[in-house]
Amino acid sequence: MRIAIVDDSGLRATILKEGLAEAGYTDIEVVAPHGGFVARLERMAPDIVLMDLGDPSRDALEEMLTVSRALARPIAMFVDRSDDAMIGAAIDAGVSAYVVDGLRKERVKPILELAIRRFNAFNALRVERDDAITALADRKTLEKAKTILMQSRGLSEPEAHALLRSTAMNQSRRIVEVAEALITAHALLDPPKGTGR
Amino acid sequence: MTPISIAFLPLTDSAVLVAAKELGFAAEAGLDLTLVRSTSWATVRDRLVYGQVQGAHMLAPLAVAVTLGLSQQPAPLVAPFRLNLNGNALTLSAEFAQALDPVLANRVQDPIATAHDFASAIGMHRRKPIIGVVHRFSTHALMLRYWLGFAGIDPDRDLVLRVLPPSLMVEALRTGEIDGFMAGEPWSSVAVSEGLGQIAAFGSRLWRRGVEKVLATRKDWAEANPDTLDALLGALDRSAAWCDASENHGALAAMLAAPTYVNQPAELILPALSGRIVLGQGEAPTIDPDFLMLHREAANAPSPDHGLWIYSQFVRWGVVEPSDVAQAAAAAVFRPDLYHRSLPDRAQAGAVQGFFDDRNFDTARIADYVQGQRSVHS
Repeated sequence: MRIAIVDDSGLRATILKEGLAEAGYTDIEVVAPHGGFVARLERMAPDIVLMDLGDPSRDALEEMLTVSRALARPIAMFVDRSDDAMIGAAIDAGVSAYVVDGLRKERVKPILELAIRRFNAFNALRVERDDAITALADRKTLEKAKTILMQSRGLSEPEAHALLRSTAMNQSRRIVEVAEALITAHALLDPPKGTGR
Repeated sequence: MTPISIAFLPLTDSAVLVAAKELGFAAEAGLDLTLVRSTSWATVRDRLVYGQVQGAHMLAPLAVAVTLGLSQQPAPLVAPFRLNLNGNALTLSAEFAQALDPVLANRVQDPIATAHDFASAIGMHRRKPIIGVVHRFSTHALMLRYWLGFAGIDPDRDLVLRVLPPSLMVEALRTGEIDGFMAGEPWSSVAVSEGLGQIAAFGSRLWRRGVEKVLATRKDWAEANPDTLDALLGALDRSAAWCDASENHGALAAMLAAPTYVNQPAELILPALSGRIVLGQGEAPTIDPDFLMLHREAANAPSPDHGLWIYSQFVRWGVVEPSDVAQAAAAAVFRPDLYHRSLPDRAQAGAVQGFFDDRNFDTARIADYVQGQRSVHS
């Protein structure tokens, strides 16, 4: 069974490909949705195409499936049009599947289920990464605010931290918001040297 | 507050939906409106058909196509509100546009001459020109086919119509994958501002009151939620009136420019709203007050006649076999009854008219209409 993955994101395609390989599907091609990708897909003649629901090239792919002579058989999207639960899960995970030659449902279902799990795994990774990036940025903001307090008010680092924390608690705000406000106010009151003033 | 989600594509003609949320028209009507940004019409359609959203910013012909079972999962849809009339432009690469009138404004003002010039330009090109369209079931594609067909061009034989989402048109023009495209704004203005193309036709000059995007819902949802639908149409009506007022265009352009909506500079969104369109880099704007109509002249009132016109073009291009059932189903997508239930004092939509070739669309003689058009190119 030949599976085509249309995807721009190297990581997501890799995660999906590995999962499919583990499940015993080896005839897999990853195609980036650029330029003449539709013609490439046509030559490849896959049995099933998996792509990100949010990919702008979905319209182009559907157009190909409509006009293509090579893939003239009716297409089924999301495997079985009556399987609402699976369709819902696929949409939530952001995966869309085009079965291009009318494969039997039993053969396609495990692939789509696996794709859904893998897309979810990718999304979890992305959330984790975004959280990590935010956490890092927050820590930097905090350090900067503490430095300002230490320099302008002669506080120790624990004292500066305690002051930020108690201010945040009193105002029911996140400590990083207080730190940001302090940095902004400090920049306004005391412009950095070398700005030409 | 009743939660409601509507899927949309980043286009200037999503304005009425965006303003309904941002300015609180939806909230005043008791609706907690969520707008779901999407990147392809296929995604908008699927979100609607599979019930992830209750409403969609949708190409009018796509709403008909889904109802007729021509685009993936068949589902009866209804269009109780038109979000706009007109708003599209045809943009060509400078190389391809060489064969047209050297005065850019003349091209737009005389679509008949430009259609014939376009036909001769095809002959001068070494290969079939490739023109991007946003979807096979779009008004733009139907208008482009109508216009080219008038000049004896068979769009399925003499050129390649390539489907691309609107947001990828400019990049495709840059890399030479396409020779031009017909799409909603701001994408033509973006292409012009980057010096990649010249606008050769306005949709508003090809069909002076062309039905464009509609608010589409599933028929069963509309029937089960009359109060929510009424509230929504009331909110959209107030939003559309605000959007259409010229004094609000600057604020509207700034609102649409946000990354969560169109994500393009406000100065490239404003031209479609104000009807002052720059056709080529360095040119003075060409004025067309009807370039994009959001509220006036019963712009929001749907009419079954528009479904019939779309059906006539589907028959013309062989997308659907002529049948009374399909014809009736296409007409029934447009629901003036729902529109007037919410907005009883609004005017009715006019008849389908205003094509550049002055051909009359008589809903009682659709077969003759199609036959007359077919004879042009076969």
